[in-house]
Order: sequence, then structure tokens, then C-alpha cells
Amino acid sequence: MKPSLATTAPTLTIGQQIIHKRWIGKGLLVLLSVVVIWRLVTALIENPSVFVQQVVNGLQSGFVYALIALGYTMVYGIVKLINFAHADVLMVGSFTSYYAISRFNLHLWLANLAPTLSPTISLLVGTITVLVFAMLVCALMAFTIERTAYKPLRNAPRISALITAIGVSFFLEYFGALDFVFTPNFISFKRPFPVTTWAVGPGGIQALESGVAPPPGSVLFSNILVIIIVSSLLLLILLQYIVKRTKVGKAMRAVAYDKPTARLMGINVDGIISITFAIGAALAGAAGLLYAIAFPQIVFWMGIIPGLKAFIAAVLGGIGSIPGALVGALIMGQAEVLSAAYISTPMRDAIAFSLLIIVLLVRPTGIFGEPTLEKA
Amino acid sequence: MLKRMDRNTLVFLAGSVFVILLVQVLISINVLNSFWLTILRIGGVMGIACLGLNLIYGFNGQFSLGQWGFFAIGAYAAADVTYRWVNDHSASGLVILTLGVLLTGLVFVLLGRQLAKIRGLDALSAFSLYLIAVIATGFLSVFLGQFLIAPVTGLINLLPAALGMQVVFFLAIIGAGLLAAEASFLLGLPVLTLGSDYFGIATLAITVIVKVLLDNSDTLFGFVEMKGARGMIGIPKIGSWLWVSIFLLATIVVVRNLLQSSYGRAIVSVREDEIAAKAMGIDVANFKTLSFVLGSLMAGVAGALYAHINGFLHPNTFNFIKSFDILIIVVFGGLGSVTGTVAAAFAWALVLEGFLRLWLPPGFETWRYVVYPLLLLLMMLLRPKGLFGGYELPFLRHSMPALRLKPATAAISNQAEPRPASAEAPSESTPGITLSQEDAQSSSEG
Repeated sequence: MKPSLATTAPTLTIGQQIIHKRWIGKGLLVLLSVVVIWRLVTALIENPSVFVQQVVNGLQSGFVYALIALGYTMVYGIVKLINFAHADVLMVGSFTSYYAISRFNLHLWLANLAPTLSPTISLLVGTITVLVFAMLVCALMAFTIERTAYKPLRNAPRISALITAIGVSFFLEYFGALDFVFTPNFISFKRPFPVTTWAVGPGGIQALESGVAPPPGSVLFSNILVIIIVSSLLLLILLQYIVKRTKVGKAMRAVAYDKPTARLMGINVDGIISITFAIGAALAGAAGLLYAIAFPQIVFWMGIIPGLKAFIAAVLGGIGSIPGALVGALIMGQAEVLSAAYISTPMRDAIAFSLLIIVLLVRPTGIFGEPTLEKA
Repeated sequence: MLKRMDRNTLVFLAGSVFVILLVQVLISINVLNSFWLTILRIGGVMGIACLGLNLIYGFNGQFSLGQWGFFAIGAYAAADVTYRWVNDHSASGLVILTLGVLLTGLVFVLLGRQLAKIRGLDALSAFSLYLIAVIATGFLSVFLGQFLIAPVTGLINLLPAALGMQVVFFLAIIGAGLLAAEASFLLGLPVLTLGSDYFGIATLAITVIVKVLLDNSDTLFGFVEMKGARGMIGIPKIGSWLWVSIFLLATIVVVRNLLQSSYGRAIVSVREDEIAAKAMGIDVANFKTLSFVLGSLMAGVAGALYAHINGFLHPNTFNFIKSFDILIIVVFGGLGSVTGTVAAAFAWALVLEGFLRLWLPPGFETWRYVVYPLLLLLMMLLRPKGLFGGYELPFLRHSMPALRLKPATAAISNQAEPRPASAEAPSESTPGITLSQEDAQSSSEG
């Protein structure tokens, strides 16, 4: 392990090659990935339908994480703030949709208005209404938070804004835990539509009745999965459109790139920052509804875990990059589900977070992150 | 000059001994009941851990969220040692921890010397080599430890029982601190190469990983007495005020002496300007590692004390959310302020655990965590530079410029911030004159 350091050797000795080509470190990574890939491949060969089922489950959480991660990544991209309060916006989104559905029956408005319409269409429209409502409430809340808590600190040290974000997060959680707000208890969330499950397998697609065992070798899809994936994709496309095609999006990119110059060009920087917060929060609100549909138990601290995972996913993909957030979130969803299924269930969070560290070691700014010059 | 320094030192030491003994007297005549005593001890423990983070973040500029993870490592390691001593009457934990820590330290030093000769070794390769070494020494110390358990147990049993307990406790604290330091050295190797925010996130990930490991400590790792996610009970509650205050005082003195040495100036220079520090011949990576390891050592010591104050450990205590508490205290106390950190730690414990539990009107008990963040926001708006805004006790004053904090909107990376010329002025001022933090702050924002 002690290479000879001949100073003017024209060719590298084996010892020097090991050092200069970073073989030891790479060897560790290769060893790790070989073990993991071997495990996954054998699992796939052993029981393909179970494996595909896991991947599908991973997709479901991955898309929810993507919606949350986008909020983190957009805010970080524009003000370089890790907005820890974002996770609690998700919680507010869930509770807003809970109240909209259980108290005000918002999802039934079209069904009540036009009872002759097919229930599928009216429930779909109703669900979309709830989604939009939750997004609006969250956007409004984030806008208020941004104006009251973050804006006065725009020129303060970065760490003050971070501590403020932590404070806002605590406030949202524990204010929500008060008895007259959301209560400190678990509340079971009423889904706005009945759940249907389809079994897709060698025998074709068939709707599964409750209590009936699925045919062997089939993969289960539910309408929850379809709704989550479709609505996430639509929102992602919408976001991409806003950021890339509209004037507001152009201004956002300009502000993220260079604030003083953007201000000189006549862009209302504070307004754009507020809009960014609001858009991110709207996506978190949508994620709140979708998360509650997928896991119908809501409580005031429910945002912490998906929020943390989405944040880690955003970093994994390269924080500040929108495609990075999507890719990172999908990887995160898969890592979580597959490590739970095939490596170690109780250690799944540790594995997912080790993945982050490993990715950061290979690409220090995340998968899609631009390599940055170290600050002088 | 020397005389003034001496007087300051004397006043500081006499003052702290007086305060410590005053509290001890108040305890013995029962003026301070156990509620307030616990709060004071928690404040002291947080003070130690926060001084560690201040060393990492405040003085060396590494935004770390991993302090709580190392705190957890220290807490569980020390608790395991004393648990085995009290409940199994065997020094097995003590022997294996001490032996493991010493052997690992020895191997780290020897391997470090060998690796220092190799130029161009990347962090990940070094990490792999150290990892292999750690695994090997772990097995070796467990193997060798088997032969030492019985004699060491007998040796400690020669002492009176109470004294033996305290000796085990003291060794457990030291061992736990060293274990946290070695863990931070190993994990810091690859992670310290990351840029500022990414380093923070990677250390946050370390905290989460430690928590998950603790959740599974009994099922996957065989530490049955830690009871995994059910929480570890039966830890002797022997973390007295004297122990806490002695360790706090020692930490303050260590931090102060470190910062006034050439090592301290090198650590601060890394925070101020990495490239300039490098140009001055400072081994930046080395000093980053040094402050990270020292800070984590303090976290480990604090965790060990905490375990013996509480008598009960649960992995949920080491949730990443709680790791923000340390960061909050450090920012409140003022980054790069020793006095402020210690004062803020006690203030935090008194307010959050004491006053907010006692003073809220009936019916509003659940509002504790609603009031706390509001206080937090208020503090951030009113005292963004910390509780004392850069004031230091004369003993702790150091002749270094205050931290230049960057505005939230400043781009951290690809757009180099044009630095106002006046910001450079403090470093050229006469040594010995402490610049108030306001000066440096206003000049950097101007």
C-alpha cells in the first residue's frame, strides 16, 4: 500500500495508478453497487411480478416526493434558502383537503348540482376542485409567510432566514396541533372517490373486488396510483410551461441567475420571490392531497417525513434544478421501496440517506446540479 | 499585557468556580428543586454541545447539522457502559469501549502518517482504507477485551462502590467523547470535501442514519440493553451538576485556548477565506477535520452527560428535528461567540423547559411550541447577530475579526460576491483590539 514516488517517472507504477485513478474509493463504490444490483437482479428473476409491484409502489411515492421536492428546489434556486417550513405546507394542504371533503363536501358539488351526470365525471371534477382549492390555500399561506417572516430578513445573514424557516415550521406544526385548529390526534382522511384496484397479469387486466385474492403473478394497480401519477405529471408540465414559456417564468429564471441585474432590468424581484414561494407551496398543497389519498391518516406532524425525503431527493437531483427534483424524487421513491423489500426493512431510511451521501461524493452538487466553483 | 491576561483568567476562573459552588450550595440546601436543577444541567449539556457546533460552524464556517447525531452516539455509548456496570456488575462495556477507542485512535494515527506520505490520495479512497482499519480494530478490541473484562472489573471493585461508579462514569464520558470524535473523523473524511450547504445536508443525513441505527440497535446490532425503538431504561442518573459544570468549564477553556493559539487562527482563517488560507500555507482540509472532530468530541461528551441526567434514552430524542435546537442556540448566542453560546444554551433551557412550562396560563399549556417559534422569529428580527451581539467576557476575547455573514440573497457559488474593500480592514487592525461584530457586519453589507 506504499507506492514509490519516483518524481520523474514517465509511466505510472501500479501503486501510483491506484492513487491517481482513485481505484480504492472507486472499488468500494463498485463493490457496493455490485452487491445491490446482484440482489435486485436475483429478486427480479426470482419473482418478477413482486418486483414490478415494488417498482410501481415506488413510483407512487416518487411522484408525490417530486411535487414536494419542486418547492424546495425552486425556493433554493431563487433565494438559496432551505425552506424547512415547506414540509408543513404539505400538512396544511392535507388538512385543507380533509376539511373541504369531510366538512364541506366540496368534492360532491358537481354531483349535487347535476345529479344526472355520470358519477365518474362529477367525482373527477370534484377531486380536481379539491386539489385546486388546497393549492390555492397553500399558495396564499406561503405568500403570507414569505411576506411576514422571510421578506424582512432578505438582507440578513443566510442563517437567520434558515432559523426563521425552522421557526415557521415549528409554528405551523404546533399551531396546527392546538385543539381548535387541527387537533393533535390522527384523523382518518376520507378519500373523495372510491378505490378501485386492477390486477394486471398474464390473464389480462381485471378489476379486483374487495376481499378477493389477486390472481398469482399479477401486478396490482389502483386508481390512486393513476391519479397520483397523472396529476403529478400534469402539474409538472404546467410548471415547466410556467417556468420556460411565460414572462413570470423568465423573470424567475433571471432572478435566480442574478438578482441585482434582474432588478436593474425592471423586474420586481420581491414579487417574483413571493410568486416562487406561492408556486412551490401550491405544488406542496397538491402533494398534500395526493399524499393523504395514498396514506389516509393525517396528523399535524405528517409533513416531516415526506418533507425530509423530498428535500433529500431535491438535493440528490441537484438542488435548484427542476428536472433534477423529478429524477431525484423518483430515485428516492425506488430506493426506499426496493431497499425495504430486498435489503433491510428497518434500515430503509438509513439506506436511502446513505444513497444521498454516496451520490454527493460522486457528484458533489447532485445529479443535475451545475458544478460550482468553490466560493473564494 | 501578560499581567492583564492573568487577571482576566483569574477573574474568570474564580467567577466560574464561585457560580458552580453557589449552585451546588443552593442544591444542597434545597433552594433549587430537581426541576430547576435538571434545567440547569440540560443547559450546561447543551452549552457543551453548542460550543462544539460553534467551533465547527461559528469559527470554522462548516454548516453542520450532524452535531445531534454525534451527541446520540456519545449518549448511547456512555449509557451502555454505565448500564452494564450497574446492572451486570461487569466492566465489559467500559473495557471494550476504551480498548476500541484507544486502538482505533492508534490505528488512525499510524494510518494517517502512512497516508500523509502519499500525494494525491482522494478522500473516498482514504475513507475506504480507514473504514477497513476501523472494522479490523473493532473485531480486535472485542477479541482482546474478553481477556481484560474480569481483571478490570476486579480492579474497580477494589475501590469503594460510590467512587468506583464515578470512575466508571468519568471513563465512560471520555470514551464516549472519543468514540464520537472517531466516528466524526471517519465520516468527515468524505463529507468534508463537499460545499457548504451540501455539507450541511450530508451531515443531516448522518443524523438521520444514526437515528435509524439506534432504532435497530437491539435487533440488528445485538445491543440488547439498548432496546432499540422501545428506548433504553435503567441508566444510572449520576450526571450531577458538578460533573456537568466541570465539563462545561473544561470545554470553555479548551475552546478559548484553541482559538487563541495558532491552530485557532488557522481555523478562523479557513472560515474567512479558504483560498487565501491555502495561499498562506494552511492545510485547509486538515483544519476542517480538526474542528469537525473536536466539535464532535464535545457533542459526544455532552451526550454522555445527557444520558446520565435523563436516565432514559429513546431514538426519537435524536430525531433530526431536534438537531435544529443546537443550531438555534448557536445562532442565538452568536456565531463565533463563546460567551453568547453558553449564555444562550442556559437561556434556551430556562425559557423552553422552564418558563414556558410554568408561566403559560392554564388552558394554554399546549401553546408552548407556538410561543417558542414566535420568540424565535422575534429574536431573529431583533438580534440577528446573537444574544450579546459579539460581546465576549474579557477572558474569552480573541483578537480575530468577527464572522462576516453573507446576506440571504447572495449567490453562494457561481457568482462571486464583490467584496467591499472595507471588509478587509478588520483583519489588518492591531491585534489585541477586538472588533465588535457590528463593525464587521456593517462593513460587509455596505
